[in-house]
Amino acid sequence: MRAERGAVPTAWRRHRDRILPQLVIWPPLVVACAYVLWFSAWTVWVSFTRSTLLPDYRWAGLRNYTAMLANQNFQLAYVNLFIYGVLFVLLTLTVGLLLAVLIDQRVRGENVFRALFLYPIAVSFVVTGTVWGWLLNPSIGIQKLVHDLGWTGFRFDWLVDRNRAIYCIVIAGVWQASGFAMALFLAGLRSVDADLLKAAEIDGASAWRTYRRVVFPTIGPIFAIVLVMLLQFAIKTYDLVVALTAGGPGLSTTVPTIVIYDFMFQRGELARGSAAAVMLLLSLAVVLLPYGLYRRWRTRQDAIHAG
Amino acid sequence: MPASLRRLAIYVVLLLFAGFYLVPLVVVMLNSVRGTQDILRTSVIGWPRPFDWGNFAHTWSSYCISEHCNGIQPYFWNSVEMTIPATILSTLLGALNGYSLALWRFRGDNWVFGIITLGVFLPEQMKLVPWVIVLRDLGLFNTVAGLILIHTVQGLSFTTLFCRNYYVSIPPDLLRAARIDGAGFFRIFWRIVLPLSPPILIVTVIWQFTGIWNEYLYGVTFSAGDHQPITAALIALSAHISEAPDYGAQNAAVLLAALPTLLVYLFGGRYFVRGLTAGAVK
Repeated sequence: MRAERGAVPTAWRRHRDRILPQLVIWPPLVVACAYVLWFSAWTVWVSFTRSTLLPDYRWAGLRNYTAMLANQNFQLAYVNLFIYGVLFVLLTLTVGLLLAVLIDQRVRGENVFRALFLYPIAVSFVVTGTVWGWLLNPSIGIQKLVHDLGWTGFRFDWLVDRNRAIYCIVIAGVWQASGFAMALFLAGLRSVDADLLKAAEIDGASAWRTYRRVVFPTIGPIFAIVLVMLLQFAIKTYDLVVALTAGGPGLSTTVPTIVIYDFMFQRGELARGSAAAVMLLLSLAVVLLPYGLYRRWRTRQDAIHAG
Repeated sequence: MPASLRRLAIYVVLLLFAGFYLVPLVVVMLNSVRGTQDILRTSVIGWPRPFDWGNFAHTWSSYCISEHCNGIQPYFWNSVEMTIPATILSTLLGALNGYSLALWRFRGDNWVFGIITLGVFLPEQMKLVPWVIVLRDLGLFNTVAGLILIHTVQGLSFTTLFCRNYYVSIPPDLLRAARIDGAGFFRIFWRIVLPLSPPILIVTVIWQFTGIWNEYLYGVTFSAGDHQPITAALIALSAHISEAPDYGAQNAAVLLAALPTLLVYLFGGRYFVRGLTAGAVK
């Protein structure tokens, strides 16, 4: 069909057919790789320099790292991240798994429930944080409602309580992410081998026993994925805190991402902010590397069993 | 426990959770048609008495956000102008990347793919200052074009991952046959790969649209004043809440800001879940 267009010399066309794809393939691939490598390398490098408001490429050794590690705000941010991270991940996993198991009991209106549990993932952290900020605000939110209903002794003022404000972030975070966990767990539950379930039923195993012995082991890999994704969410949390508490009251809900932003753009301490960013990346690596190794190990196991 | 009681317990728990998830949405919807005095007198949880439909018009075109009294309208349009091109560009380039990585294997392709995937996990804070420099050098600071550039480049990590994982499942025989017939890189992409792509392209578009619309950190860092996207405007608007509480208008603003992605979710929820699983499981 194309041969009819004989006006184009074949040699030139062959040449063009070889060159043109190269010109199209490479730019987006190079950009996608280069920005990851170059940006990371640049931030790592700056973290070892004396940069303040502007990049200053004189070597500073580990000074920025030791300064950040000794910085009280940064320490506090990590303590907060730890409390938030542990509670958020545990609660989200529990709620997600519970809802997935319940929905898996052949309930009516499954689609409606699923849609309701999952819609928060479509909403921005800014919206989530703002709305929960209103609900949890003692002077206009849930506490006020209960007071107006007559129970005036009721207290639910975590949002303005230095020791409890972090739990407000947990509530909003679980609200946003548990549907996501539910969806993945449900996909896992649905992929369990039907024959195995039937076998367990014939053996007269109780529902709980079936779940423990057949279903949960099968969704192990999905559990690992959800766990890693949630830990990753937690470590990267920024917008939610900004919208809900702005790190307050005081510094009681500040997290590493907020401290980094503060150093980079408010205090004009580029090098220290970068050092903190690199440490955030290392925290992520602590979560992701074991998972990467686990995946590797599993693939190898599968290969051995298949062979 | 008798079976019927067990069923009842299941539904009770499910309904309780449904309530927990619904409360924020219902509260915002109701408050968006309540007057601020009404909200202050009772609480943010309550039935509109009377209905105040004026909030939407006020919040859309005359509400004051950091001394600009044009409502959230300009910010909303900034978000539209930013999200649509960035979604289309990152999806197309991601499809191209996925195609060349999955079907035109070359030496080191796994390394290239690995590095691109790392981009998914790289925290924003590692990229902020380099972006400042890039945008400054290109003269795109405080422009929507700058934000489009950022979201297109950063979106490539996700879109390449999605598309590549989808395209590896295309049977190689199909391509071999096409190549024997003399089809080249573009013909195969156009005639074979693209017609097979709608499922993954829908997922990618939904994922990118939601992610970019909802993004806050880049919006607030790289733009100021009325060049900001809607998420940044919402934060600016809440910051003024203690000075001049105007909850009715603010709830309307929140609802309008959340509406596009909620609509996408409502009509494309199926693909949404598929995207989550595709992105996470593979």
